[in-house]
Amino acid sequence: MAIKPGFLSKNPSVLVFLLVLAAFTLGVTLMSEAYGAGVVSTSFVKTLGKTLCLCLIAIAMDLIWGYTGILSLGHFAFFGLGGYMIGMWLMYARTREIVLGSQGALPPTPQELQDAIATQIFGVVGTSELPAIWSFAGSLPAQLALVVLVPGLLALIFGWLAFRSRVTGVYLSILTQAMTLALSLYLFQNESGLRGNNGLSGLQNIPGVGADQDHLSIWFLWASAGMLAAGYMLAAFVTSGKFGSVMRGIRDDEARVRFLGYSVESYKLFIFTLTAVIAAIAGALYYPQAGIINPGEMAPIASIYLAVWVAIGGRGRLYGAVVGAAFVSLVSTWFTGGRAPDLNLGFYTVKWVDWWQVLLGLSFVLVTLLAPKGLAGLVDLVQGLRHPNRGGDPMGPGEGSLREEEAVE
Amino acid sequence: MSGTATLLEVSGISVTFDGFRAINNLSFSIGAAELRAIIGPNGAGKTTFMDIVTGKTSPDEGSVLWGEMSQNLLRMNEAQIARVGIGRKFQRPTVFEDQSVAENLLMALKAARAPWRVLFWRPGAGDHARVEALAAQVGLGDALERKSGELSHGQKQWLEIGMLLAQEPKLLLVDEPAAGMTLAEREQTTALLVDLAKTRAVVVVEHDMEFVRRLNCKVTVLHEGSVLAEGSLDHVTANPKVIEVYLGR
Repeated sequence: MAIKPGFLSKNPSVLVFLLVLAAFTLGVTLMSEAYGAGVVSTSFVKTLGKTLCLCLIAIAMDLIWGYTGILSLGHFAFFGLGGYMIGMWLMYARTREIVLGSQGALPPTPQELQDAIATQIFGVVGTSELPAIWSFAGSLPAQLALVVLVPGLLALIFGWLAFRSRVTGVYLSILTQAMTLALSLYLFQNESGLRGNNGLSGLQNIPGVGADQDHLSIWFLWASAGMLAAGYMLAAFVTSGKFGSVMRGIRDDEARVRFLGYSVESYKLFIFTLTAVIAAIAGALYYPQAGIINPGEMAPIASIYLAVWVAIGGRGRLYGAVVGAAFVSLVSTWFTGGRAPDLNLGFYTVKWVDWWQVLLGLSFVLVTLLAPKGLAGLVDLVQGLRHPNRGGDPMGPGEGSLREEEAVE
Repeated sequence: MSGTATLLEVSGISVTFDGFRAINNLSFSIGAAELRAIIGPNGAGKTTFMDIVTGKTSPDEGSVLWGEMSQNLLRMNEAQIARVGIGRKFQRPTVFEDQSVAENLLMALKAARAPWRVLFWRPGAGDHARVEALAAQVGLGDALERKSGELSHGQKQWLEIGMLLAQEPKLLLVDEPAAGMTLAEREQTTALLVDLAKTRAVVVVEHDMEFVRRLNCKVTVLHEGSVLAEGSLDHVTANPKVIEVYLGR
């Protein structure tokens, strides 16, 4: 992707975002247990790394919903699929290491090795056969390619069917939700070949890497930050030119865009597939930090949360999505982690673990009604304070000099 | 007709909505550089006719052929029809209010429309000059960076006309261009439409007889989905059937 010299100057928010992200990553590294003062625990580094991945999928959601006006409730399905694809390699390669380590003097034949791995992985669901979809699980490059290909292809086929029939609005949202639910229910079955409701586990151990979790967590933080930066720049590039104009045109009046000669369906399909791939990459970075993935992660509620993050952060601008995802998911971690002090009302004690969802739902309703621009609207407010809209003639030659109205007071 | 080849040939189209026959065996044709006004009472099928030509509605029967190659427009979707060179101006001004005047014009500017091409397309000096010229032509030369939502109703009409011109269509379908315009703006619009019809086909749907008279062109009168009369304005207004269904009221 060629970024012309004027790209950053035309999109000042990109530069600010990259600097903030770099400062954040550096700060966390210097406070980590592996490379710095040890103030920030490894588990919290993982939480921060996972949050960066959630920010990346929020950017995807902002592209499809905030810019193009398609409220997809299926992007967490793509996120989960990305996680499963990388998880298959992690689990296979790790099990292989363990099997090889526990063998006696005679090296096992390839068949014996595969049977031993299959027994280890699938014993929990009562089989010892390696399903066909695990054919490439031994190869990291193949599974990395599948991280992009499987969700991308699913989005392409689903999107082609849905957009071609001109399903729009709430009907499309329901359709995407149905797809997510169907996928989640399918993966819950043991026959799906992905260990049913057990999901894939032990993903935090990276095969062939001797480093401990303290170091690994920081490396994943860097990788997540790098991918978030790349995703942000890609999204800024996509939305900045005429393509961005067409996206917003589709959101505001798609029939008019059609009469300008743009094939709205191709654009929707393009954006749907692109955002599905971004979501999948975010998922592939998230689950090695989470350590476990199961079909529950892909339940429709997750995709609804995603919409809530973007709405609270402010849709239609990229930093809004990032701020929303980071803010809400970190606050959510705090409330649901049991660290928030209970609120004693005398007659009733509010336990935040139970009440957090109510608070989140309430904030969502309030933001939608009272501040449609979300948290990102605060930026406008600050800029408004910095550049007040002062009428009248300046009272002196300098730029900051008083104006007529102010002198009257 | 000025002896030029037929650009659009609509023959024998009919369309029924829930038992209501909106268009009934309608035939219509227009040359490559011709101005035509379509008049008719409410429900005569004027808008449905435009919907059929632009691909929004497909007729139950009949054919719509386009250009020298006689391409069948009924096999194309709205975007493809727009790309062969049919531009449409809606009755209500429909511009992208969230975007600047320049962005609106750039989007309409004749260029590749495929997603990949648009993604990597960046306006060159020629494109900027074209946008500035178009904006100046429709009186929005100093409003390029303004959000089009801030414009007055008349200015939005003009912006939409500017977008139509940016598409460089061979046929313009214009639905009630004078609606909501001041007298001076109407005169400007008339002059522009007459001027445009020198190089391309222009079809104007209009209620306002005074406006049609100023266009000074061939008139097609629609009634109950088919052509009632065709000819000069004086000719059709003298037609007793026309007087009865439309002018007499």
